[in-house]
Amino acid sequence: MNLTLKIWRQENPQAKGRFEKYDVKDISSDASFLEMLDILNEQLIHEGGDPVAFDHDCREGICGACSLYINGRPHGPDTGITVCQMHMRNFRDGSTITIEPWRAKAFPVIKDLMVDRFAFDKIIQAGGYISVNAGSAPDANVIPIPKENAETAMDAAACIGCGACVAACKNASAMLFVSARVSQFAVLPQGKIEAAKRAKSMVAAMDEMGFGNCTNTYACEAECPKNISVSHIARMNREFFIAKVTDSAKK
Amino acid sequence: MIKLDSKVPEGPIADKWNNYKSSQDLVNPANKRKLDIIIVGTGLAGAAAAASLGEMGFKVKIFGIHDSPRRAHSIAAQGGINAAKNYPNDGDSIYRLFYDTVKGGDYRAREGNVYRLAEVSNNIIDQCVARGVPFARDYGGLLANRSFGGALVSRTFYARGQTGQQLLLGAYGALMKEISRGSVEMYPRREMLDLVMIDGRARGIITRHLNTGEIERHSAHAVVMATGGYGNVFFLSTYAMNSNGSSAWQCYKKGAAFANPCFTQIHPTCIPVHGDYQSKLTLMSESLRNDGRIWVPKKKEDAQKIQKGELRPTEIPEEDRDYYLERRYPAFGNLVPRDVASRAAKERCDAGYGVGSTGLAVYLDFEEAIQRLGKNTIEARYGNLFQMYEKIVDDNPYETPMMIYPAVHYTMGGTWVDYELQTTIPGLFSAGEANFSDHGANRLGASALMQGLSDGYFVLPYTIQNYLADQINVPRFKTDLPEFEKSEKEVRERINTLLNIKGNKTVDTFHKELGKIMWEYVGMERNAEGLKKAIEEIKTIREDFWKDVKIPGEPFNVNPELEKALRVSDYLEMGELMALDALERKESCGGHFREEYQTDEGEALRNDEDFTFVSVWEFKGKDKKPELHKEPLSFEFIEVKQRSYK
Repeated sequence: MNLTLKIWRQENPQAKGRFEKYDVKDISSDASFLEMLDILNEQLIHEGGDPVAFDHDCREGICGACSLYINGRPHGPDTGITVCQMHMRNFRDGSTITIEPWRAKAFPVIKDLMVDRFAFDKIIQAGGYISVNAGSAPDANVIPIPKENAETAMDAAACIGCGACVAACKNASAMLFVSARVSQFAVLPQGKIEAAKRAKSMVAAMDEMGFGNCTNTYACEAECPKNISVSHIARMNREFFIAKVTDSAKK
Repeated sequence: MIKLDSKVPEGPIADKWNNYKSSQDLVNPANKRKLDIIIVGTGLAGAAAAASLGEMGFKVKIFGIHDSPRRAHSIAAQGGINAAKNYPNDGDSIYRLFYDTVKGGDYRAREGNVYRLAEVSNNIIDQCVARGVPFARDYGGLLANRSFGGALVSRTFYARGQTGQQLLLGAYGALMKEISRGSVEMYPRREMLDLVMIDGRARGIITRHLNTGEIERHSAHAVVMATGGYGNVFFLSTYAMNSNGSSAWQCYKKGAAFANPCFTQIHPTCIPVHGDYQSKLTLMSESLRNDGRIWVPKKKEDAQKIQKGELRPTEIPEEDRDYYLERRYPAFGNLVPRDVASRAAKERCDAGYGVGSTGLAVYLDFEEAIQRLGKNTIEARYGNLFQMYEKIVDDNPYETPMMIYPAVHYTMGGTWVDYELQTTIPGLFSAGEANFSDHGANRLGASALMQGLSDGYFVLPYTIQNYLADQINVPRFKTDLPEFEKSEKEVRERINTLLNIKGNKTVDTFHKELGKIMWEYVGMERNAEGLKKAIEEIKTIREDFWKDVKIPGEPFNVNPELEKALRVSDYLEMGELMALDALERKESCGGHFREEYQTDEGEALRNDEDFTFVSVWEFKGKDKKPELHKEPLSFEFIEVKQRSYK
């Protein structure tokens, strides 16, 4: 395949970015999208240019590092997978592909296609865990958990923290990411104890980090590489609402 | 000259760890606050250790190369984690898990360490459940188990095909909790480039900030390496692109001896190689061997037709299929350990029975399982793996068998540690895949996660405390000491030298050249002649690298090519040590298979009389031959036998 690539280039966080055009030739349709970028980078190094910086690591769809906005869609045209799992057979020979970084105030560009997602860690730090210390756990089978709840928790826990939901959202909202963590713990007995505090503090952290709010367009669910459902947002809203109501009742 | 003392406590095997804990030194809470610990690596071992030590009250600084600790490659482990819970009531016990692990490792691991691993395995499951890890459950609400290679019991706990992800997120949650409490400080996007020693003890590290290129100094009372394995020496592997062995290598050069470098695990079920541009290999979880049956055509002409695309696997009748693992190993069948399964696949392909366009693949077939259990059950068990396969290969594994081939997956070798996980450098500890301690010459499936969490949650928190107990009067170290000055200068010089070569060949070109040699001569089968050749060829590539590598860009910006170059320059030395170790170990054991040493049936032939030891290599200086030390292994609680899975 021969392709034209329109890629966002930006020297550093302060620099003003721009699109640059590159041509790549004889790409196998069996190559992955990132392998195609590897080939481009080898070409750029040989020509004395600056290779394109992009985030990637496991290249099997689980680390959540890769984060490309391709032809207007996070992780590209295929659904239910990350960029690193997408292969060139999804594109037509001779086409032009536009590649951008995630665009959100809370995800500043580091260089070219790499963005800083520290804001996600900050949100988790606000309460995305169960506060037990090592060594103090009872036997794992002491509390039976209905299979259905365990499955729901796992559906939510499948989130890879890539940020596609934020990139897809017109408000750059992180609701899907936050709700996945809140929801995972809300349906487990171990997580129930801190559920109210967790919902409140994680939502507060999300606002503080500069993410927008949810206006129910569901673009996040459509673009999530792990098919995380917006029903988790509904559960988080419920948890949040109950927590707030309980607070005011106490007052 | 290094001294090797394994420090395994006295007493019956089941009492050793308790004896250690009862007699070890402790640090009081007020003093813990005055002691700093550096942890390098944020995977299972690193994150778990940082969280646990933080919970205890130590001041912890944790460093990782990613933007978030959650991206460490533990996240990619699929199949599960072993524990001796015996919930299925099928005869498991701590002793049996210990026994299986030592046997699976072909009797090249230290008994004391392995027993402790089996002993704490049950606490790990308790801990993970308490932290909200959504393990698979049965309809009654209790935890489910499945079988893995090398075991006759079902002791593997799992969270769909994403067990590593869920366990890491559990440890990551605990780490985030401690960061928010202020006991742990996180340094993301930092790559360790040197170990700093003061008066013979590990006291700090030099790092490069991967976003800005800034070189930084960090000091502590103790340093933990939890930086994973070095399998990317082979270029193509199931490791993440940025996984590397450089931190272990820097420590090796400062005096931390390296153990069993040649023990590499080649995983039997990976998606086969398809092109020159390929950047990595994708693992298909070993759990698939629970229900999948491995076969190749019985007739060579069928294999040839398949290779040419003239015949489809579904057209080959049952009687013309060779289920070679079931044929050769009736007791364990498709669930033989990884080294055995990998070699058997290579044997069939080398004999001309391989499938796929390259002839370097075998089938993993679910037809029988789908008929027996229904498509829905198979989808519930392996759905995400099947989807991953289909996206990569463009073929539907529900209808045609998967094609798989072995690939580099794990390194059993690593930094030498004693029972306390302390290296030959006082104050330097090594945990998880980065150390050599528990898996001998071959690791069983679902044991890597167990070891990472065991080291991090339950071993290091005790043993580091024992080390730090006499350090309570040592004040915090300043980073303007001459030792830091010197280390930083050396790091800067190394970076400048690399950037100033301005040659003609890219880093990847060298890495691929090295990888080809490693795979051919230091891969699944090795022989003396090939290993000698590998050593010579690696030297040539290394010389060429330092003359002709081309690294674009600046030192003080994001520069992935520079990052790769620093790592590849280490691989070019590591590869040589792996070949040397393989050459010196004149026997076959586990993942180390020397063609010269095999049974009549083609199984690995150990030489217990001469090689029941850990090879421990000591760095003697640049371009000097490292010195081989031997830690003898004695088996008091297990009878050493020829491994048999028949």
